[in-house]
Amino acid sequence: MVLTFVEHADGAPDALSLQALTLARGFADGEPVQAVMAGPGAAEAAPALGEYGVATVHVAELDGGYAPQAWARAVAELAGRIGPAAVVAAGSDRGNEILAHAAVMTGAALAANCVAATPGDPAGVTRVRWGGSLLEEARLHGALKLLTVAPHALAMEPAPAGETAIETFGPELRPEDLVVQVSERVDTSTGGLSLAEAPIVVSGGRGVGSAEGFGMLEELAGLLGGVVGCSRAVTSAGWRPHTDQVGQTGTKISPDLYIPCGISGATQHMAGCKGAKRILAINADPDAPILANADYAVVGDVGEIVPAITAELRRVREAS
Amino acid sequence: MNVLVCVKRVPITGGKIVLTPDERAIETRHLGFTISPHEECGVEEAVRIAERHGGSTTVLTLGPAEAEEQLRDTLAIGIDRAVHLVTDGSDWDPESTAAALVAAIEAERAAGHDPDLIMFGNESADNGNYQVGIRVAHALGRPCVTGVKGITMHDGRVRCEQELGGGRDVYDVPLPAVVTVLEGLNLPRYPSVPAKLRARRKPVESSEPARSEPRLELVRLTVPPGRGRQAEVLGEGAGAAPAVVELFKKLGVA
Ligand SMILES: Cc1cc2nc3c(=O)[nH]c(=O)nc-3n(C[C@H](O)[C@H](O)[C@H](O)COP(=O)(O)OP(=O)(O)OC[C@H]3O[C@@H](n4cnc5c(N)ncnc54)[C@H](O)[C@@H]3O)c2cc1C
Ligand SMILES: Nc1ncnc2c1ncn2[C@@H]1O[C@H](COP(=O)(O)O)[C@@H](O)[C@H]1O
Repeated sequence: MVLTFVEHADGAPDALSLQALTLARGFADGEPVQAVMAGPGAAEAAPALGEYGVATVHVAELDGGYAPQAWARAVAELAGRIGPAAVVAAGSDRGNEILAHAAVMTGAALAANCVAATPGDPAGVTRVRWGGSLLEEARLHGALKLLTVAPHALAMEPAPAGETAIETFGPELRPEDLVVQVSERVDTSTGGLSLAEAPIVVSGGRGVGSAEGFGMLEELAGLLGGVVGCSRAVTSAGWRPHTDQVGQTGTKISPDLYIPCGISGATQHMAGCKGAKRILAINADPDAPILANADYAVVGDVGEIVPAITAELRRVREAS
Repeated sequence: MNVLVCVKRVPITGGKIVLTPDERAIETRHLGFTISPHEECGVEEAVRIAERHGGSTTVLTLGPAEAEEQLRDTLAIGIDRAVHLVTDGSDWDPESTAAALVAAIEAERAAGHDPDLIMFGNESADNGNYQVGIRVAHALGRPCVTGVKGITMHDGRVRCEQELGGGRDVYDVPLPAVVTVLEGLNLPRYPSVPAKLRARRKPVESSEPARSEPRLELVRLTVPPGRGRQAEVLGEGAGAAPAVVELFKKLGVA
């Protein structure tokens, strides 16, 4: 049996957790898959898991806000009681955090961000490194295996399981489990289009030359109904805030169209825009690595090309 | 306020990753090295905390002899002293790494350098195991907040902020504590030339830890296929604008 920690919001299981269930079912290899959930609204979201091959959902009764160690205690205690071969979670912020705590509590090894896993002793796993620029094949040893699943590596595949039993349990917490707990939530939403979700992103790199140079990118992005992003060279120079950074240590984006301007295409940058449907690179260097990873390119000075595109777009729109 | 930061030496891979013939590592012969941007922010934050609240700062790494280069870089930013756990350069699994770091931190405590705050990157740049900081926190019996983008020290506690889409989650935990941080926490300074010179004279203590059998055991690395296409060049310079707008039309975004 394989136990999966499932996250949820607004009464429905999270997409990343449903992707994790795809890997969990493969790893279970015909054995049952059970789920564990926690937090307000878990019981409402639990029945939906029947569509994804889950026979039993365990709902942990925990009061208060998110407390990583308490949630992990629930997972670890349940694993101790029902004895799964593996515990699986999404490679989300919370999924990775909770399984790392649970790994210590259960004395197990943890493989984070797997894209494939085959059962056995040792189990075989393939996991991402360098934010997805590299894959690692590894052996995972121990009676209990813990793994998280890399976001968007697998599809969420429906697998109706018939009746889903829902069981609640109250984990026995230790005082130290509640020391780290969300005590306050600050709303910072601006209501605008977020970088992560924008359909079009116009990004600037060192080749834009200055903070002021981003004005022309703002203008083009505005015309296209998109937002501005940037490379790390730009945030390090203080030209843009880190919230604009695309990449391994920035935001991961998957727009319909990505337009990197004066960005060389370092692997850590590409790790953040792999999901883009189309890439149009604007770069002075025809041999820049970005051109080997783009669909279209314009070669030359971004300071001339971007204003020309903006002017042409305006002209064409006015003419029609 | 004593702060300790854990950093890891990694290659700057550039535009394309090439593996060694045994497929167990990145070919680094022509590459420079650095630490993760998350860890750079940890180093900067440690220095700022000491500047504001007093106390000493220590950097700790487990890595090859060459990792002294990264330790010196952090000493140039303003860290006071460094502890280097020297390896043969092979890849250590997260449990062995955490065990070695815990032993070193216990030794620090025994020597009178008990850190009030221990900082990690949220994940290492290369291995991305997402667990070394949490494992160390448990072994030391200290609370751990992960993915932190805002730190305020107050009244023997640390207030930590995590960024979520459209909001921030706040945690307020007592010291001593462990936090794992993300890039964006601050904007790290560039070291000055005098600071680089001073860094050469700061103390680096080294020892050689023993490694246990890995339970997450590397077999081989592979480079995933990229987009696998060379861009179609639409034109050069400003003259390419009409071709670009044609493309926008074709894609339905004009
Ligand atoms: C662990 C780690 C994590 C990282 N995470 C990230 C991350 O999240 N995001 C990220 O972006 N980087 C990240 N980096 C940094 C990354 O390795 C590169 O250093 C960075 O992406 C380079 O930014 P750039 O392309 O803007 O600059 P450069 O590499 O300097 O490239 C500038 C480009 O602009 C072109 N150019 C110059 N002038 C002009 C002009 N006038 N017109 C047109 N083109 C011009 C040049 O031909 C060149 O291709 C990370 C690095 C490490 C080690
Ligand atoms: N070899 C190492 N030496 C020092 N610190 C390390 C080492 N490996 C990992 N760490 C720390 O642990 C964090 C998380 O690493 P990981 O669990 O591998 O993602 C890193 O950002 C570092 O702060």
